[in-house]
Amino acid sequence: MKNVSWRIMIVFGVLVVAAVLVIPTFKPSFWPHKQVNLGLDLKGGMHLVLEVETEKAVEGTVERIRNEMRSLLRKERIRHHGITDAGQTALSVTILDPDEIEGIRDILDQEYADVEIQSSSPVEDGLRVKMGLTDEWVREIKKQATEQALETIRNRIDQFGVSEPDIRIQGQRRILVQLPGIDDPQRAKELIGKTAQLEFKLLDEENDLGAALNGDVPSGSEILYQAAEATQTRADGKQQPYLVKERALLSGAHLTDARVQIDPQFNEPYVAIEFDRKGARIFERVTGENVKKRMAIVLDDKVYSAPVIQERIPGGTARITGNFNSQEAHDLAIVLRAGALPAPVEIIEERTVGPSLGHDSIQKGLMSMLIGGLLVLLFMAVYYKAAGLVADFVLVLNILLIAAGLAALGATLTLPGIAGIILTIGMAVDANVIIYERIREEMRLGKTPAASIAAGFDRAGLTVLDANVTTLIAALVLFQFGTGPVKGFAVTLSLGVVASLFTALVISRLIFDYLFITRHVRTLSI
Amino acid sequence: MEIIKPGTKIDFIGKRQIGFTLSAVLILLSLAALVYHGGLRFGIDFAGGTIVQIQAMGDAPMSEIRTGLDAVGMGDASVQRFGARGEHEYLIRTDQTLITDEGFSEAVRGAVSDATGLDVKVQRVEMVGPQVGADLREKALLALFYALLFITIYISGRFELKWVLSAVMAGALIGAVYLFALFNVSIPLLILVALVVALLMFWQLRLKFAMGAIVALLHDVFITIGVFALFGVEFSLPIVAALLTIIGYSLNDTIIVFDRIRENIQRHARKPLETVINQSVNETLSRTIMTSVTTLVVLVCLFVLGGAIIHDFAFAMIIGVLVGTYSSIFVSSPILLLLQEAPGKGAAEAMGQA
Repeated sequence: MKNVSWRIMIVFGVLVVAAVLVIPTFKPSFWPHKQVNLGLDLKGGMHLVLEVETEKAVEGTVERIRNEMRSLLRKERIRHHGITDAGQTALSVTILDPDEIEGIRDILDQEYADVEIQSSSPVEDGLRVKMGLTDEWVREIKKQATEQALETIRNRIDQFGVSEPDIRIQGQRRILVQLPGIDDPQRAKELIGKTAQLEFKLLDEENDLGAALNGDVPSGSEILYQAAEATQTRADGKQQPYLVKERALLSGAHLTDARVQIDPQFNEPYVAIEFDRKGARIFERVTGENVKKRMAIVLDDKVYSAPVIQERIPGGTARITGNFNSQEAHDLAIVLRAGALPAPVEIIEERTVGPSLGHDSIQKGLMSMLIGGLLVLLFMAVYYKAAGLVADFVLVLNILLIAAGLAALGATLTLPGIAGIILTIGMAVDANVIIYERIREEMRLGKTPAASIAAGFDRAGLTVLDANVTTLIAALVLFQFGTGPVKGFAVTLSLGVVASLFTALVISRLIFDYLFITRHVRTLSI
Repeated sequence: MEIIKPGTKIDFIGKRQIGFTLSAVLILLSLAALVYHGGLRFGIDFAGGTIVQIQAMGDAPMSEIRTGLDAVGMGDASVQRFGARGEHEYLIRTDQTLITDEGFSEAVRGAVSDATGLDVKVQRVEMVGPQVGADLREKALLALFYALLFITIYISGRFELKWVLSAVMAGALIGAVYLFALFNVSIPLLILVALVVALLMFWQLRLKFAMGAIVALLHDVFITIGVFALFGVEFSLPIVAALLTIIGYSLNDTIIVFDRIRENIQRHARKPLETVINQSVNETLSRTIMTSVTTLVVLVCLFVLGGAIIHDFAFAMIIGVLVGTYSSIFVSSPILLLLQEAPGKGAAEAMGQA
């Protein structure tokens, strides 16, 4: 109680630390420390939540096993009526000789530790064996798909060049991407969302495209459409269709590099790709085998071009043309270099704020903070006179402490966060009001100013604490549940509550004690 | 300066019927507003959908904007003016989702620009998919529920020193919620059940302060929501933040009064409870009003100057503070009397402690 000097030192220490934390935000060159970050709603930028369609990655695995299984069964001379899908994570095969189930068991043991025979049932022409991926493996595939998608997206964004991107996994299969200060959100979205599955497929020239378009698609072939022209913003009619073989001869998995080049003849950009050794061998072989046939270059099921193969192409290079402008070619090169996503992603949440709107929000937020703050300061000074000025002083310190708290936590200031600070200004004086009202009551009972102050702080202190705990509880719950901007509100509100407890119960009491105990002031203007 | 003169003795408790009647009317009106408007108007945060905020370099008639949207097949989108008139900002909203990856905002910009012949800038795009919307709805409700729960524990623990009892009760409630959640009971129903159970338990266990505080809280939140329905305010994430803050604020007010009641009960154990409560409300009246005034001052500033994005939030808070202040005087304290066992007894005996 009496050791005012001790408390002065503590308060002074807290304020110095606060100043040290806050100064870099206003003058970054002063000394290096974390600044108060601005949220995307203030800085401008894009917030995306992507959902990885992980079941597609599982489907892909099942598909691969089906193809491999077919040749393995052939190698082991196990005769069957074909392999069909049985649900999303299982295959079923009907074998002619029921005893050969042992052969399948051997294949699974050797090749696929995580595929098991789930059931077998005799049917009229043999034995139907159902084999499925174990649940752990399915989980693992999904988990890996999400992680790999995260890595790929991070790669693409790094090559795209965004300062301070925030990319992380959210929950099981969602990826949060935050790109501050981005000026072309559409381009960024295309870059992030593109699966970038590059495939080389032969055109089916034996069958009739017209018949296929009428619904008679030959088995083993599919209809794919030309990618939209670069200059068109919206495809009104459909693009040119192609009838292509379903099986891909070569995929982007064998890619080692992709660069933008300019075709000197037409002065148009194209993307030059380079294959690894195995890819180069395959490319040389398939081009050699299919001279004079047309090969479609397909990206995400869109045909970019379908040139006629003139000759065998050695050396493992190819080019993707398609009426790009140089930006599109550049972005395509990035996604090809960074690799394909293991499964398609879907944007399920987007919040984009333009930089000018963000700037506007800061201006308006600060303006209402300033005006509101000044009105409260004025009000307190008029209502409580000298004591009101003490409350005003600690209110200013309160804001300093909130800013310091934000800097220390590396928290993000959002627009609702600014609203939280404004709200705190209104509510922070509450603690002083409770105490001052109590002091007035004590004085009316005839106590001396010093005694009234002591009684006022002691009696009202607990009430102040009680009252603020509830707001703190609400703020903490909000923090737990909140996303982005709302979380910012919870942070400033919590900081505001804590700061106002400290300023009202410790600092303003210290000021009164200093005046009335150390300096022996006799009258209290309240 | 003093707003409330010392020694003021307004007979709030004696006239509590007026307060109860007014509250009942407000609650009925809220209910009517909710029914009339077919429930709350959910923003895209909860309903899913897309909004695009555009700014035109001049005044664009709404009809022309609609024509432009029609041309790109967005005829079902709603258009509204947003913010100050001089800023020429418009908010376009549609229930469609998952369209932003296909250059939706660019299409809207182009269409409006073509139709109005003005330069148009896209200021903001928000798209929330249906699944995300459902997730957020669930999370928001749970947040409101947990805030209520923790505050209840705090109040019954703090005011009636029944920490163990309130903790056991909270445990039971959380357990019940999880149990029901297993059976896929919808969350709103779940929360309703939990609240009813909580109130019944308070009644049974005679946790008067907790009862008073929670009733006041529900009263405030419900009326605030009713006002939203009345004015057609969209229910969005910031509004949930506002509601949670209102919960905290309303309790803050209530607690100050309760604290004084508790103190006065100990001091004037012989006086009837009615007198003690009335005296306490009067003694804290000046503080109650002061704090509301300073809070309202900053909120009005935020409402007027803070810009269109924060408008609804500020509005919600203003309503909440007004209702919260009213309820801490007219609702939460008189409720304590309802639980009084034998009228006319000394205050301390009636409250079951000294």
